[in-house]
Amino acid sequence: MNYRLTHLQVLESEAIHVIREVVAECERPALLFSGGKDSEVLLHLAAKACWPQTIPFPIVHVDTGHNFDEVLAFRDRRVAQLGVRLIVASVQESIDRGEIAEDPTPGASRNRLQTHSLLRAIAANRFDAVFGGGRRDEEKARAKERVFSVRDEFGQWDPRAQRPELWNLYNTRHRPGEHFRVFPLSNWTELDVWQYVGREHLELPSIYFAHEREVFRRDGMLLAVGPYSGPRDDASDERPFVATVRYRTVGDMTCTAAVESGATTVEEVIAETAVTRISERGATRADDRFSVAAMEDRKREGYF
Amino acid sequence: MELLRIATAGSVDDGKSTLIGRLLYDSKSVYDDDLAAIERASNLRGDDYVDLALLTDGLRAEREQGITIDVAYRYFATPRRKFIVADTPGHVQHTRNMVTGCSTADLVLILVDARHGITEQTRRHASIASLLHIGHMVICVNKMDLVGYEERRYDEIRAEFEGFASLLEIADVTFIPVSALHGDNVVERSSEMPWYEGASLLHHLEKVHVAGDRDLEDLRLPVQWVVRPRSAEWNDFRGYAGTLAAGILAPGDEVTVLPGGLMTRVVAIDSADGPIKEAFPPMSVIVRLADDLDIARGDMICGGGTNPTVSQEISAMVCWMDRSPLRAGTRLHVKHTSRWTRGIVDRIEYRLDVNSLGRVPGVAGLDLNDIGRVDLRVAAPLFFDEYRRNRATGSLILVDEATNRTVGAGMILGVAA
Repeated sequence: MNYRLTHLQVLESEAIHVIREVVAECERPALLFSGGKDSEVLLHLAAKACWPQTIPFPIVHVDTGHNFDEVLAFRDRRVAQLGVRLIVASVQESIDRGEIAEDPTPGASRNRLQTHSLLRAIAANRFDAVFGGGRRDEEKARAKERVFSVRDEFGQWDPRAQRPELWNLYNTRHRPGEHFRVFPLSNWTELDVWQYVGREHLELPSIYFAHEREVFRRDGMLLAVGPYSGPRDDASDERPFVATVRYRTVGDMTCTAAVESGATTVEEVIAETAVTRISERGATRADDRFSVAAMEDRKREGYF
Repeated sequence: MELLRIATAGSVDDGKSTLIGRLLYDSKSVYDDDLAAIERASNLRGDDYVDLALLTDGLRAEREQGITIDVAYRYFATPRRKFIVADTPGHVQHTRNMVTGCSTADLVLILVDARHGITEQTRRHASIASLLHIGHMVICVNKMDLVGYEERRYDEIRAEFEGFASLLEIADVTFIPVSALHGDNVVERSSEMPWYEGASLLHHLEKVHVAGDRDLEDLRLPVQWVVRPRSAEWNDFRGYAGTLAAGILAPGDEVTVLPGGLMTRVVAIDSADGPIKEAFPPMSVIVRLADDLDIARGDMICGGGTNPTVSQEISAMVCWMDRSPLRAGTRLHVKHTSRWTRGIVDRIEYRLDVNSLGRVPGVAGLDLNDIGRVDLRVAAPLFFDEYRRNRATGSLILVDEATNRTVGAGMILGVAA
């Protein structure tokens, strides 16, 4: 026996350590669950970290109202399987209450509006630690994020005032009103996530695998035809057509694009991911195309 | 596939970000859209070539000022290994970032500009890496293209650094002449330097042996969480969850539990995936013990050859990370393994001149980015090993009582005199 672990075993152990640290030291944790692959891996790790107990904290879904049906069905199935409590933070309800206003542009994304509903849920439930599935390889602003990231009362992230994070000694002290965003998958890459999905035989929403879908092209990306996303009536170049696609990320229908792919199994997705030349966010997230600092700006406001 | 954690350091203009960009680019870990974005940014600034540094400098202020502010983590993989790179800024005022990046690293990569040779910063970075007890160091002599790829210049720099390195505690120092800009000796061996017979940087990173750096002799399992399920199915289950800091643990092993010092036996090692026959660092496990002892978070399950030192008087090398200075009498929260306690600074023995490793006695305090030897008195005993023997049980963080900010990193030397 050479007493060595594979990279996936090390990443898993590190994530379990982080989750247990929160469970042991924080009073009111919660886990953000979008139904996407990263949050499913996170949920699976939380179940492992808490075993043989059921996960002792709720999961929070920030619901833009623009969901893929497959993802909602998956969310509800997982909640039932694990016996966890689900809290839905609804963007639509925030709009109905007049707290936030929708961007009137046809086909506009509600992505940025999610921040409000999330912060409201955190305040209402007095969560002091919120797990997220964010990874440092996703985006350059995320590359500078801590595993335990302090947010002030307004949910804001100040990249220049971050606490140093040393060894695996996480500083969980905070003042009332502040909370932590905790990222157990910080050191995972997209490929690690897929390899882990394969190793652990995790189920994912079906839209992650190749399927036929009616799509249209906008800004070079393939968006699903649907009541929220479009195509726009006034855009003659947004012609719908049927293509074989899969999703690399799962978010709001209006800003999450599909990629053309024939990969129907985890193994085929891993093979594609290993050789892809386009980043996950670049291929599929309209929200990060506004500017080079789009993610940094959203994070500063309290986005996950 | 094994994981290798790398910390990088260099002066502002040593081309560190360019080297990392080159490693990512040549190992095909940079996506086309990221590359297109930095090409656009480089053109806008009027650069003559694509500035690979833009791959790592992500924050708005960093791009505007052309500097790296914070530790950035980058990831790449080859068929042999997965690499995590903690890219730390080189400015004087960012010693704390370097300490942070080095705290988890297996290997440190230090860049030297071939034109300027060993500088004060090189010495400081090497000293910090040595204090953080990183087992492996690579000195990349960069910008070899600007000195005509001359072997003589490389030899001079190497000889100068070796003189200094004799003061350090780094077991393995490797020198590689490179040009990050042109890619010489980064991924492929360069045809410009036939006199260099070693491996390319990437090849070295793929094969350097780090598994032997861990302590598998002494058993150290800090109790992170007591697992007592409140369910009918698991009614009698009482387990202790934690991450192995050192040693090999198996069912049947005799162990001592600190602080009580009581001896007991391991009944089983559990995980969500089933029982474990042998656990070793850094596995996260749940241990069940033969006797029903009073064990809480912050206790430690120990065994093997020696037990850790138990003391409330601790001498540590401290890197101070806050604007308001550390002084004798400063009160702090202290986190060591899974244990929080309070501490007070009894005295500051000396400040370390990190450029020469000389001791400066009689200082009033430690300022931001200072490193010095400090005596701490803590409210509850800590169970520790000397940092150079075990990073996990020899490290601690200091937290400000008022702001909750992490203000210091401590590497334990032993019991205070």
